[in-house]
Amino acid sequence: MYRYDDFDDRFVRARVAEFRGQVERRLSGELTEAEFKPLRLMNGLYLQLHAYMLRVAIPYGTLSAVQMRILAEIAERWDRGYGHFTTRQNIQFNWPKLEDVPDILERLADVEMHAIQTSGNCIRNVTADAFAGVAADEIEDPRPTAELMRQWSTRHPEFSFLPRKFKIAITGSPNDRAATKVHDIGLRMVRNDTGEPGYEVAVGGGQGRTPMIASVVRDFVPKDELLAYLEAIMRVYNLHGRRDNKFKARIKILVHELGLKAFSEQVEAAYEELRGRVRVDPELVRTIEAAFAPPAYDHLPEASPTFGRAYEAIPEFARWADTNLLQHKASGYVAVTVSLKPIGGIPGDATSEQMRALADAADRFGFGELRVTHEQNIVLPDVRTDQLLALWRHLVAHGLDTANRGLVTDIIACPGMDYCSLATARSIPVAQAISERFGDPDRQQAIGPLAIKISGCINACGHHHVGHIGVLGLEKNGEEYYQLTLGGAPEGEAALGKRAGPGLAAAEVPVAIERLVDHYLAARADGETFLQTYRRLGHETFKEVLHAVGD
Amino acid sequence: MPLVTEHGYTPDDWQTVDDEAPLPTAGKVVVPPARLDEALAVERLRVGVDVAGGVPLGNLLRRLTRIDLVRLRFDSFSDGRGFSLARQLREAGFEGQLRAAGHIIADQWPLLRDCGIDEVELDDALASRQPAASWREAAGAIVGSYQRRVTLPAVRPEPFAQP
Repeated sequence: MYRYDDFDDRFVRARVAEFRGQVERRLSGELTEAEFKPLRLMNGLYLQLHAYMLRVAIPYGTLSAVQMRILAEIAERWDRGYGHFTTRQNIQFNWPKLEDVPDILERLADVEMHAIQTSGNCIRNVTADAFAGVAADEIEDPRPTAELMRQWSTRHPEFSFLPRKFKIAITGSPNDRAATKVHDIGLRMVRNDTGEPGYEVAVGGGQGRTPMIASVVRDFVPKDELLAYLEAIMRVYNLHGRRDNKFKARIKILVHELGLKAFSEQVEAAYEELRGRVRVDPELVRTIEAAFAPPAYDHLPEASPTFGRAYEAIPEFARWADTNLLQHKASGYVAVTVSLKPIGGIPGDATSEQMRALADAADRFGFGELRVTHEQNIVLPDVRTDQLLALWRHLVAHGLDTANRGLVTDIIACPGMDYCSLATARSIPVAQAISERFGDPDRQQAIGPLAIKISGCINACGHHHVGHIGVLGLEKNGEEYYQLTLGGAPEGEAALGKRAGPGLAAAEVPVAIERLVDHYLAARADGETFLQTYRRLGHETFKEVLHAVGD
Repeated sequence: MPLVTEHGYTPDDWQTVDDEAPLPTAGKVVVPPARLDEALAVERLRVGVDVAGGVPLGNLLRRLTRIDLVRLRFDSFSDGRGFSLARQLREAGFEGQLRAAGHIIADQWPLLRDCGIDEVELDDALASRQPAASWREAAGAIVGSYQRRVTLPAVRPEPFAQP
């Protein structure tokens, strides 16, 4: 993975010192709260319901075992012994004190980490396919481009006071595991007619209160012109994005109001201006690419007898292996998803002890590297098939062996009313109740792939719009209630869910989901997933089964 | 009004002339765009032009040669359009003085400089709240720029102003 050089190190440490000064100037009254707010947000610091929340950047979801151990230490020293991995591949600490934050940032800087641009109206931490560099279906590793974008977007002088936040996601694979179509900019690696790799650029996707699927604004941008093209988009957005209404300020509204054609003409004009000026330094690109060279894999046969014997002998291990593994580029290796969704647990939470166990696993069963997925799980990207049993035993010892990747209990949920000042309803208890209800592993496996995503308000941090079943928590006359959506999908043929049925009380949500699942199981054709059955039968038949709930 | 340059608070020798007032016959004046032709016609006058908050530059980009100063208004420090306008001016070859005016906080100073802005004009209240030391510290807070690092030095004009 990418390691900081002197420049990065000096930069990040200078940012910590700068933030220390800003905190002091706020306390002295030189800065008003309104002026301080964007400065603290650009350093990842939110003011939540009960306390400050610090969101630490995990660039494109990649981190080392060493970094994971420091996250564990921070959770212990300055928080309550746990952290929350987010849908943007970051980690949040929910209970830091304002005066401790500069020290926390200093400790992060010790291991090449920071909280820069994890919030605020700027270009946010870039997200990527969590299986980048190892997935068998990849055209090219997108991480060098993601790292280049991290550097380019960090404290960009022109784009630090945008109309609203700005999220970029990138995938190097035709199977989009980065949900690129629901980002402000989604980049998908493609080859042009001459076989040269470049990017298809989609703009204007997003969730929140006005969910939209991104439109392709350019089929192909050569790799070495990507930054110029991105600057062109950013400039058009910075100059013309709406600033009169916070809820209409995202780029998706600009694209929608101008129309894709007019928007794209403006971008092309800006691109013409910028392409000769913003030229990426090929030397730096080579350095970054070298940092992502594949590790020294052993030459292994595809099949492992050790694995085969354990698979036959231990049903729990076999179940886990069936759900939590992904095919690897290198023979004899797999990418392992470690689920942070234990039955009845809080999605995405990990204790300090678990973080250390994950770091140890990365060292013992990999090359000391981990990934955070946008489904709020952890990936060990390079595990030898013949070591899977040993890894699994290690995970069992730390409560990290839940076999549910992509299944009904692999639920995405935002922190909701338990933490968040924006929330209108709780998300976590609803996720826990659904998880309990479907906890039986045989039943989960029988149901097959099913993505449930829960948001505690219309800002949609829990990605409910792209849940196969989405759950949106709302509030009316002081009562929480929940609205279901059906048929959303973040990847592949990305789709937004459609509203279904009446508002439900929290206790009714698991019942309603059970009815949907039963309807699917009764109606599915051979090998069909929930989403496929839904698409074949249509929205109405599923919607109907919800009507009786709550009567 | 108080003016901040790389040397700290500095006297402002430019005079603003509004829509109505008569133009002087010599000296340095900043005029609204509507009076630009009139001002440029005065031989011994050095002319600056006022650009209201976030207004697209349009034709101004094609007639920069005789303009010595452009003043970009910032109605709110959180409205970042002026940063793009500044870079557009520099990319169009503008080599005169580039001034930001309005609600600006010291923390923005290095970003403004990187976008090609030379100086910041503040009202008295904002200036008294932000002493010279704050501007000096902000300028020196971060050494280096990722944007200069990732891009090649361009054919002139530079995409990101040098410190």
